[in-house]
Amino acid sequence: MEPFKLIHPNDQHTAIASSGGANVKFIAGGTNLVDLMKLDIEKPAQLVDINSLKLQTIETLSNGNVRIGALVKNSDLAYHPVIMKNYPVLSEALLSGASPQIRNMATVGGNLLQRTRCPYFYDTSFPCNKRVPGSGCSAINGYNRMNAILGTSSQCIATHPSDMCVAMAALGAIVHVEGLRGKREIPFHEFHLLPGQTPQYETTLKHGELITAVEIPAIPYAAKSHYLKVRDRHSYEFALASAAVILNVVNGRIQTARVALGGVGTRPWRAVLAEKVLTGALANEQTYRTAAEAALSEAKPHKDNAFKIELAKRTLVRALKTVGGMS
Amino acid sequence: MEKGPGVSNTDDNDTSSNGTTRRGFLTQITYAGAGLTLAPLLVRTKNILPGAPPGSAETSTINLTVNGQKHALNIDERTTLLDALRENLQMTGTKKGCDHGQCGACTVLINGRRINSCLTFAAMCQNSEITTIEGLAKGDGLHPMQEAFIKHDAFQCGYCTPGQICSAVGLMNENHVHTDADIHELMSGNICRCGAYQNIVDAIKEVKNIA
Ligand SMILES: Cc1cc2nc3c(=O)[nH]c(=O)nc-3n(C[C@H](O)[C@H](O)[C@H](O)COP(=O)(O)OP(=O)(O)OC[C@H]3O[C@@H](n4cnc5c(N)ncnc54)[C@H](O)[C@@H]3O)c2cc1C
Ligand code: SF4
Ligand code: FES
Ligand code: FES
Repeated sequence: MEPFKLIHPNDQHTAIASSGGANVKFIAGGTNLVDLMKLDIEKPAQLVDINSLKLQTIETLSNGNVRIGALVKNSDLAYHPVIMKNYPVLSEALLSGASPQIRNMATVGGNLLQRTRCPYFYDTSFPCNKRVPGSGCSAINGYNRMNAILGTSSQCIATHPSDMCVAMAALGAIVHVEGLRGKREIPFHEFHLLPGQTPQYETTLKHGELITAVEIPAIPYAAKSHYLKVRDRHSYEFALASAAVILNVVNGRIQTARVALGGVGTRPWRAVLAEKVLTGALANEQTYRTAAEAALSEAKPHKDNAFKIELAKRTLVRALKTVGGMS
Repeated sequence: MEKGPGVSNTDDNDTSSNGTTRRGFLTQITYAGAGLTLAPLLVRTKNILPGAPPGSAETSTINLTVNGQKHALNIDERTTLLDALRENLQMTGTKKGCDHGQCGACTVLINGRRINSCLTFAAMCQNSEITTIEGLAKGDGLHPMQEAFIKHDAFQCGYCTPGQICSAVGLMNENHVHTDADIHELMSGNICRCGAYQNIVDAIKEVKNIA
């Protein structure tokens, strides 16, 4: 690990003012950053420990939206009564991720920015465009069983690893950020980037900007929602495929559908094509299957991960059945 | 001169001619052999020796409260809480398995909540109450979870055990266990290479009183 300087500001203003330098990073739970620093993948010269900032609350706003401070721990969010009751999809997604210990450390802001688990990204002896731009992608012709099938490019096929973000994508969350130039609100679908020609850029967050909160819109029917995650072992493992599903079914017909997939996309994957099929259709198996076909219609498999196409379809159908029932 | 763990006649901290400590060597073996499916497959075992890492270090004086006792330490900023406990405070009850958040051997309690001490810097834990396996017993009286682990024979080699016990104590504090399945799921952050899982679950059930 490279040496670095660690500072512990007590207020947001100082934290943001300290973060302008080229090689400065915020550190929250540390569960991703410390790991990457040990492997010499991240080499910040200065770390800004943001754990003393007042970004730890979960509040329901007057318009019914829920505002979650960036430093709220993944476990506290998952077990919060409002989240468990009104947004089970988010609670389940969080509880399916990592381990209880890691969820006690990991924060909402850090989860949004966690980096891929592509094995070549982790091994500094292999070329990787995400880690060293222009060096090549070892996964495209290498071992790519865990890699993505949606949103890939000729430069990178890394899967976005977060479970929480899949639920946030389905919910249409808003990311609140603040930098030296002021505050911004970023809609969730504009937060993570596709790899394209520049896989080293993963989000639209600007250098030095602090995530302050994530806001979840009031969605009354989200109380009927579900996150289903399929993986190589039952727990403490990243997704092979996962689905976040929120459906508003009235008299057997789907009024509104919000669907996102995990484990298969280069970013948390809002399945817009599936939502189109579902909206207005009867809540039955035929509809769910057609929606799953649509969701994966643009999938591009690689040597070891073609199985993910069928797996993701079945995962989505099962999650849709759980939420929408069969009429 | 090559020395494997089986032929070494040196003590735990002895340094062999190539600068590898025996404990460090064992750490590398454990890490390489862990075989967790979530381990990045191709990661090599470099740079994980505790002690002084290369580069000109930023050092600072930090205060840690461990098991109710305050300690002032002058440490390299890069020191994880795990290494500070083991290498600086010589509290070797907390174990290093993977050093990457993947095994739970390093579990300690921070303000009563279980965390992995390998994934946080010691300097970030200064305002917290840290409890390690050494701090669970009250005098000669073992913690009920320690008693239950002994009664149910919840270990073989014992390497994962301090982490398992701290994790189980954290689990009780969290209070989300209602069924056996909950114990399985909520103890999944602690890997046991010896496979003592069933007895670990029995010990926890006894303390939870759902046996
Ligand atoms: C063994 C293991 C298994 C895991 N399994 C899963 C899993 O199954 N599913 C899953 O979803 N995740 C999993 N994770 C990942 C885990 O969820 C993330 O590591 C965690 O959410 C990161 O949060 P953090 O607060 O620890 O971030 P940190 O490590 O502190 O930071 C991560 C990044 O975010 C930046 N950052 C943090 N907070 C802010 C902020 N407020 N503003 C701006 N930048 C910020 C940091 O600079 C850094 O670049 C696993 C991790 C491990 C180690
Ligand atoms: S898929 Fe992306 S992260 Fe993986 S080796 Fe290729 S460029 Fe690197
Ligand atoms: S040593 Fe394995 S989780 Fe910390
Ligand atoms: S008792 Fe040996 S690793 Fe668990």
